[in-house]
Amino acid sequence: MNFEVIVSYFPRFVEAFWLTVRIGFIGIGISFIIGIITAFAVHFKIPFLSGIFGIYVELFRNTPLLVQLFFIYFGLPKVGITISAEVCGCLGIGLLGGSYMAESFRSGLEAVPFSQSEGALALGLSRAQMFFYVILPEAFALSVPAIIANIIFLLKETSVFSAISLMDLMFTAKDLIGLHYNTAEALFLLVFFYAVMLIPISILGNVIEKRIRFKMFGV
Amino acid sequence: MSEILKISKLTKSYDDLVILKDIDLTINKGEVVVIVGPSGCGKSTFLRCINAFEKIQEGEVSLDGKVINPCKGKLNEVREKIGMVFQSYDLFPHKSVLQNMTLAPIKVKKVAKKEAEKEAIELLSRVGLASKKNSYPRQLSGGQKQRVAIVRALMMHPEVLLLDEITAALDPEMVREVLEVVINLAKEGRTMIIVTHEMSFARAVADRMVFMDGGRIVEEAPPEEFFERPKTDRLKKFLASLAYN
Amino acid sequence: MGFEVLVKGNNLLRLFMGLYIALKISFISVFISIILGVVLGTVMTLNNRIINFICRLYLEFIRIMPQMVLLFLCYFGATKALGINLSAETAAVIVFSLWGTAEMSDLVRGALKAIPTAQYESSYALGFTVFQTYVFVIIPQIIRRMLPLSINLITRMIKTTSLIMMIGIVEVLKVGQQIIEANRKSSPNAAFGVFATIFVLYFVVCWPVSLLSKYLEKKWES
Repeated sequence: MNFEVIVSYFPRFVEAFWLTVRIGFIGIGISFIIGIITAFAVHFKIPFLSGIFGIYVELFRNTPLLVQLFFIYFGLPKVGITISAEVCGCLGIGLLGGSYMAESFRSGLEAVPFSQSEGALALGLSRAQMFFYVILPEAFALSVPAIIANIIFLLKETSVFSAISLMDLMFTAKDLIGLHYNTAEALFLLVFFYAVMLIPISILGNVIEKRIRFKMFGV
Repeated sequence: MSEILKISKLTKSYDDLVILKDIDLTINKGEVVVIVGPSGCGKSTFLRCINAFEKIQEGEVSLDGKVINPCKGKLNEVREKIGMVFQSYDLFPHKSVLQNMTLAPIKVKKVAKKEAEKEAIELLSRVGLASKKNSYPRQLSGGQKQRVAIVRALMMHPEVLLLDEITAALDPEMVREVLEVVINLAKEGRTMIIVTHEMSFARAVADRMVFMDGGRIVEEAPPEEFFERPKTDRLKKFLASLAYN
Repeated sequence: MGFEVLVKGNNLLRLFMGLYIALKISFISVFISIILGVVLGTVMTLNNRIINFICRLYLEFIRIMPQMVLLFLCYFGATKALGINLSAETAAVIVFSLWGTAEMSDLVRGALKAIPTAQYESSYALGFTVFQTYVFVIIPQIIRRMLPLSINLITRMIKTTSLIMMIGIVEVLKVGQQIIEANRKSSPNAAFGVFATIFVLYFVVCWPVSLLSKYLEKKWES
């Protein structure tokens, strides 16, 4: 491996890294919003909406992100909806992630024991108070491990962005391999930058998960 | 003694299955009524009907002359006046002991936080748990959790307290500390309806015993008479079946 | 809206053939993953420190890296480092098997660990031999714990194989692109119809498998 080559490639990878991280986190932000709305609609069986959101969850959980991106980026313009590659990336991660987050939030809500709501009602809390002060915080704590897993999963999924010609890490690596045949250096930098992105989040996620679990359940 | 809670002709059923049939019971202020009976006799369901956790098909429950089940007004206003403690404690795991106790007074009764906390600490020290005020439920033993659950219910100043098998989930060595709290409450003149399997406790705390079987009240008597001179065969059989416990 | 292009010539059939290639690679990889995963998962319960350390390292690396990166590493890296010229299909099967084995072995290990020792002891106490204990008591429990999750792994594998077009395998997405390209003039809106169809195709394949996994999970929960 040639150290000079690595140094000379480094700035391009840094740029690609920020692009990936930026789109990834905007997408994850969107996925939270979609996920929460969907989980509520499905959990409270809101008429009509719960059906629509239910179909959405199944559709996006059971198809690959790459196919979703192709449909949004290449397919939708043909019916008059044109969006930029960056927005498409955010939206793709947001929609895919939303379906996963919805499932995580929903199973969190379902996992709160029924006796907790009765305990709250017996104290005279109204249904809304019971939900916001007792059920929601517990449900959130219960879904933290799944949320963290989703975040890591979604960041990994960003690796297909080059298919819609976003200059992300994969794109940069492929480009450099094709141009100069410095395969080893390009692959090293590719692994290095994904490790820099994912390992701290994975470790942080573990710490948060342990803390919350201890606070809530004492184990 | 003035009448506080009146249950008349209460009938509860799921579809065709009748759980409770024609129950009449009147509770006076300051009275402690203990309900016993074989498992599945409907005694827990009966308690849940009193604070409207269960819909009833016939009859009514009234508190201070106001009908509370079937409920026409706001359910949570009814439940403010009737405290209930369950077998499974149901402390909120994400809140400290103090927060568990002050949540409902602050949010429902709009009591100032300082005031609520002061009262909570007073109550906690009466059950010997003042030092645990900042602990979380996970850090407490079962007996401690149940004592907190009891004083948490008291924070709402309920007119009637319902205790549903509060020692059933506890290790034997912790039963006593919880029952002592209840006995003290009885001495203070709290109105309580208690469902329990602990017969010696029932005898010590009750002003009146009620025996339920098959969804009906079979026999009602002061404790002494209830245990020494049961009238019905069903109660005699039930008491005999406990002889080995 | 571009759907008409599908009924032209044998275009729809070509899409199906493309999907078949993706599915073939996923099924071969799942098959290999299950076998190697069971072996590796069992080895990990032996609690040999060195083996466990190596396995952990392998597991963590495979799980933290995007599968796309692994594909690149294997496809481009192997050529460079080992001087072997892997076909894209072989590289894909290797990568997905490595990934599937990692996931599977963790499931197996978890399932084995989750069985309380009392289960073994009480079956020995009933007079079962070690062999009988495994056949009648332990393995049925492990299967119940693992089957829903392993089936879930199949859908994940199928979805992940969509990546193989990025290393040049002509699968369903690539075929779709070719069809769109070839009919650029006659059906300018083909992209919508073709990609919508592929979207639905993937859904039709994955959804029943997901439902089966969910059904088994519910059924065996209690």
